[in-house]
Amino acid sequence: MKWASYERLRQAIAAGASTAVVTRLGDGAQALFDGERWDDGLGLDAEQRAGVARMLVADRSGLLQGSEELFVRSYARAPRLIVVGAAHISQFLAPMAMLAGFEVVIIDPRRAFASPERFAGVKLVHRWPDEALADLKLDATSAVVTLTHDPKLDDPALIAALSSPAFYVGALGSKRTHAKRIERLTEAGLADKVGRIHAPVGLDLGGRSPREIAVSILAQVIQVRYRGALG
Amino acid sequence: MATDADEIFPQIERWRAQGHGVALATVVHTWGSSPRAAGSHLAVNERGEFVGSVSGGCIEGAVVTEALAVIGDGKPRTLEFGVSDEQAWEVGLACGGQVRVFVERFE
Repeated sequence: MKWASYERLRQAIAAGASTAVVTRLGDGAQALFDGERWDDGLGLDAEQRAGVARMLVADRSGLLQGSEELFVRSYARAPRLIVVGAAHISQFLAPMAMLAGFEVVIIDPRRAFASPERFAGVKLVHRWPDEALADLKLDATSAVVTLTHDPKLDDPALIAALSSPAFYVGALGSKRTHAKRIERLTEAGLADKVGRIHAPVGLDLGGRSPREIAVSILAQVIQVRYRGALG
Repeated sequence: MATDADEIFPQIERWRAQGHGVALATVVHTWGSSPRAAGSHLAVNERGEFVGSVSGGCIEGAVVTEALAVIGDGKPRTLEFGVSDEQAWEVGLACGGQVRVFVERFE
């Protein structure tokens, strides 16, 4: 790979653009596609370019269909985990999820909770969840978990998440708490969407400490990402 | 460190800044139960130091050796490892899968 191509790849990734590099295995010649523009050192035809674009969207790497010679490496943007509530569980969930490959954002308007001291190295947003989530532009690679225990903060976040294509929506709270939450969200007009909420949140691993609950939430998010909601 | 690229690219840049030759090995195709999927990277410098992985650890040694040759002459190579390959008996995949690895030098 030419250093110049490598630098373009690094810049595109840093700018949040999913990018593909196509390599001809015989001589190592390459093309780069940042989701919009091509820097094509291979002279790919329209059909080949369309095939590369499809692989990039699906975050798949491998030989281009119909070729033994053209290899596509997709550098897709990492999935995001948006945690609403800078709770004790969040202090474990955030670093664990970052190690597992997620971009993590914690939303909590309460600065005493969402402080850099409690969340070293984690992106913190000190705004109300509905505003913050609107800015984050949730997409199909986003997961949202609410952990505040406070309907004033959790409910607006859930309403925003359920109205988005997020692949996972989870909410902390007992079955009883969740039954009341469903009543409120149904009154808010989301009757057909409340079934998407994973609650009680997380896989039932048996652990009850904040760090164990963080593992169960992260495990469920990963399971739903690959296996779908019914896991 | 959200992706494999985030894990190895900073190391590649440190090596470049220190003036090391650097090669990148990438899994381009797998058959059967290979431990690392297509796209997995292993970066190697000319001292044989490496970061990342292209298997569960069974072929990294052989890939590093080939990467040193690629750093030396600049010619990209495509390597195959697995049960149908003679090298399998020496360095093959314990799990029985097959893997094709492309190795290129940063220029």
